[in-house]
Amino acid sequence: MSGIPHDHYEPKTNGEKWLNSRLPIVGLLYDTLMIPTPKNLNWWWIWGIVLAFCLALQIVTGIVLVMHYTPNEHLAFASIEHIMRNVNGGYMLRYLHMNGASLFFVAVYIHMFRGLYYGSYKAPREITWIIGMLIYLMMMGTAFMGYVLPWGQMSFWGATVITGLFGAIPFVGGAIETWLLGGPAVSNATLNRFFSLHYLLPFVIAALVIVHIWAFHTTGNNNPTGVEVRRGSKAEAEKDTLPFWPYFVIKDLFALAVILVVFWAVVGFMPNYLGHPDNYIEANPLVTPAHIVPEWYFLPFYAILRAFTGEVWVVQIASFVTGGIIDAKFFGVIAMFGAILAMALAPWLDTSTVRSGKYRPMFKWWFYLLIIDFFALMWLGAMPAEEPYATFSLIASAYWFAYFFVILPILGVIEKPLAQPETIEEDFNAHYGKADAEATPAE
Amino acid sequence: MSHAEDHEGTRRDFLYYVAGGAGVVATGAAVWPLINQMNPSADVQALSSIRQDVSGVEPGTQLTVKWLGKPVFIRHRTGAEIQEAQQQDEEGLAALPDPLARNANLNADAPATDANRVMPSPEGEAPGAWIVQMGVCTHLGCVPLGDAGDFGGWFCPCHGSHYDLAGRIRKGPAPENLPIPPVEWVDATTIKLG
Repeated sequence: MSGIPHDHYEPKTNGEKWLNSRLPIVGLLYDTLMIPTPKNLNWWWIWGIVLAFCLALQIVTGIVLVMHYTPNEHLAFASIEHIMRNVNGGYMLRYLHMNGASLFFVAVYIHMFRGLYYGSYKAPREITWIIGMLIYLMMMGTAFMGYVLPWGQMSFWGATVITGLFGAIPFVGGAIETWLLGGPAVSNATLNRFFSLHYLLPFVIAALVIVHIWAFHTTGNNNPTGVEVRRGSKAEAEKDTLPFWPYFVIKDLFALAVILVVFWAVVGFMPNYLGHPDNYIEANPLVTPAHIVPEWYFLPFYAILRAFTGEVWVVQIASFVTGGIIDAKFFGVIAMFGAILAMALAPWLDTSTVRSGKYRPMFKWWFYLLIIDFFALMWLGAMPAEEPYATFSLIASAYWFAYFFVILPILGVIEKPLAQPETIEEDFNAHYGKADAEATPAE
Repeated sequence: MSHAEDHEGTRRDFLYYVAGGAGVVATGAAVWPLINQMNPSADVQALSSIRQDVSGVEPGTQLTVKWLGKPVFIRHRTGAEIQEAQQQDEEGLAALPDPLARNANLNADAPATDANRVMPSPEGEAPGAWIVQMGVCTHLGCVPLGDAGDFGGWFCPCHGSHYDLAGRIRKGPAPENLPIPPVEWVDATTIKLG
């Protein structure tokens, strides 16, 4: 593997040599696990491990839940109750899977905002960032389809509203919606295909995770200073880094343990806190729940979707310019996907050469405002579509786009960054003292 | 493809295009069934037309049936309701948020008069006695409630859209009148949807 110079695997015994000359898999695993990692990584860098854990948790609990679940419109709801009441430990497996999705999204949002603050998306890590965004999109698709499977009221009507988004596409929308649903409305055909894809996509995500890791193992990790690891020689690189195993693995596992304490408390004592009671009523195409709300992790983008109503002047201009092809409904759909696309484009929208937000005095404040904006959108997404929430949603949505398309490009030009440390070692010593740094085992 | 020397217009060039073209066509032919299997199956399509006996629907009541997976409201209006609907016609055709009838049985540009919204009545019944429409709010697809709202028609509890006795949107966020599906009388007491 190219990148930071470090020790590579040397097969010693005859058996190892025999295997290595046929399939160098041990060397691949060794290099992956011993990757030199910037030694100044802070606690915001632990969420990768949490995400890996979540993916494994969801796949494992998902596979065993499928052993008891029936994807049929007449049987699905009952089979969930069967899991909850009859299957040995079934209720715990299901609660783990349900809340595992929430932990997954907590972790991915922190992971993404960490990347946005420390400039992890910037060259040369654009591919890592783009793959991460693809993983995020797949996660949303998987979570949405998984939520339909219990066939409760919120499952059914959530699916109706979300697939209805595709119906807003001009000309071909109706045909696409029918094709997605397998009929004129959400039905058994929909349930079956969502089940199939809900089972498939996590494995696609797992493959993308491998590519994600491959990409940032090629470029090396970013770190809180945004300063690159020196890679002139192995000795030089070792001043800036420590091997991933055992240093970062142990740190990450400790953090994971702390997070799991909270997670288990939620699973054990308030497993339905993040859900909706309506989903314990079986799906009924003839009755709508009074208030259709998506899961919390979709709320910020749901708020953006609903923010652009027919009264907003941007929408009216778009409608006028396109001769009515882009109406308010379609505009909302474009805005929602555009909000995610904006994040994916961050590497090319951010003009600043300084990676880390630590050394960008103006950027910092805009970034904190983005975090507040994200939570505001999340809150607004759960509120009914009426005043004053509609106006707030519009303002919050506008800031989301302004951050990526206006603020990031301009800041790079007008901002005067603070002095950055020369090396990671310098930053590390400033924090932890020289003595500790030299106590690094020479291994 | 340019490992070899320039081969513009040669026999080999021709074979490249033929083989490549055949490969593209074959891939498309292989992928299409995988996409098309997701379209509505034969049994779903078979249900695109249903017949409903409405002999038991007394004036002043409403029957909700499921057609194409969605609710359809079949309303038998009383004389008073017909009158009120026609009055609503006079009050505010110009002020309607959606001036079109949205009736699949009429031209797309038919205006939203009460007469354009109702079904032709079977023999022996007053004109405008029957109105059949999709029970799907045109805002975000919720199911409106009957006998409710400010205009005596339907009311959507999700975001507060009020429809009048002819199913026309009068107040609230919904952009269009409740759509009227293709519908006709098979005999004096049976309605065919679709």
